[in-house]
Amino acid sequence: MVHLTADEKNAVTGLWSKVKVDDVGGEALGRLLVVYPWTQRFFDSFGDLSNADAVMGNAKVKAHGKKVLDAFAEGLKNVDNLKGTFAKLSELHCDKLHVDPENFRLLGNVLVVVLARHFGKEFTPQVQGAFQKLTLGVATALAHKYH
Amino acid sequence: MALAAADQAAVRALWRKLNNNVGVYTTEALERTFLAFPSTKTYFAHLDLRPGSAQVKAHGQKVADALSLAVAHLDDLPRALAPLSDLHAHQLRVNPANFELLGHCLLVTLARHYPGDFSPALQASLDRFLRHVTSALASSYR
Repeated sequence: MVHLTADEKNAVTGLWSKVKVDDVGGEALGRLLVVYPWTQRFFDSFGDLSNADAVMGNAKVKAHGKKVLDAFAEGLKNVDNLKGTFAKLSELHCDKLHVDPENFRLLGNVLVVVLARHFGKEFTPQVQGAFQKLTLGVATALAHKYH
Repeated sequence: MALAAADQAAVRALWRKLNNNVGVYTTEALERTFLAFPSTKTYFAHLDLRPGSAQVKAHGQKVADALSLAVAHLDDLPRALAPLSDLHAHQLRVNPANFELLGHCLLVTLARHYPGDFSPALQASLDRFLRHVTSALASSYR
């Protein structure tokens, strides 16, 4: 269960309304693949991931990043029921994709870094705190159906 | 295994750019850590942790000095950080998982202050540097 105060909820939705989901998703996923190269293991079919420029410019990375962030946005709309919202995705990541849930925490932290980079001063410690709660909640929800 | 040459070069270059302001960023990183990961405050019950606190600023400067020491000894971090490792292990007894939390918040702080410089490659180099520091700090634990 993620407990966001009213102020935190406002801060998060306020900032999110300014997020360019198309760009931020691709950037977050790209940075994950560059900074934590073992995460590339899930993306053999994506083509050239041989260096940072190749990863960040890769069309499949950008497209998949957008997909991931769209899913995350669903979580934002359903903060009170993250486990329910991500139940199907959790089963998928366990049974079909075989992704170690630790990687969800890594991606959450990369997303926080990307948001900080984009929003600068606006990404105050308080706003970061709210997003950390959210990303941890989503990561936990995605791991919930693992067996 | 020491930090790769390319990572060392990137970290040194960034540190030259940060100049005498490292303390500003480590203080902000501490502030972010306390807010985002409240359990970390348990180690600082003796300090005034309110935003703008002089004590947090002083502690931020200590962290900055330690990181600058690390940057000056990238080829031999375990030896350079041995005294700090002993301190954290035996006297302060800080759970080493917390070093990663501060490291993450330092990355967030640098990303927010230097968006143009904070390329994926620099992020990767910094992340690896901080993990080496964390590892060296945790080396005396048991």
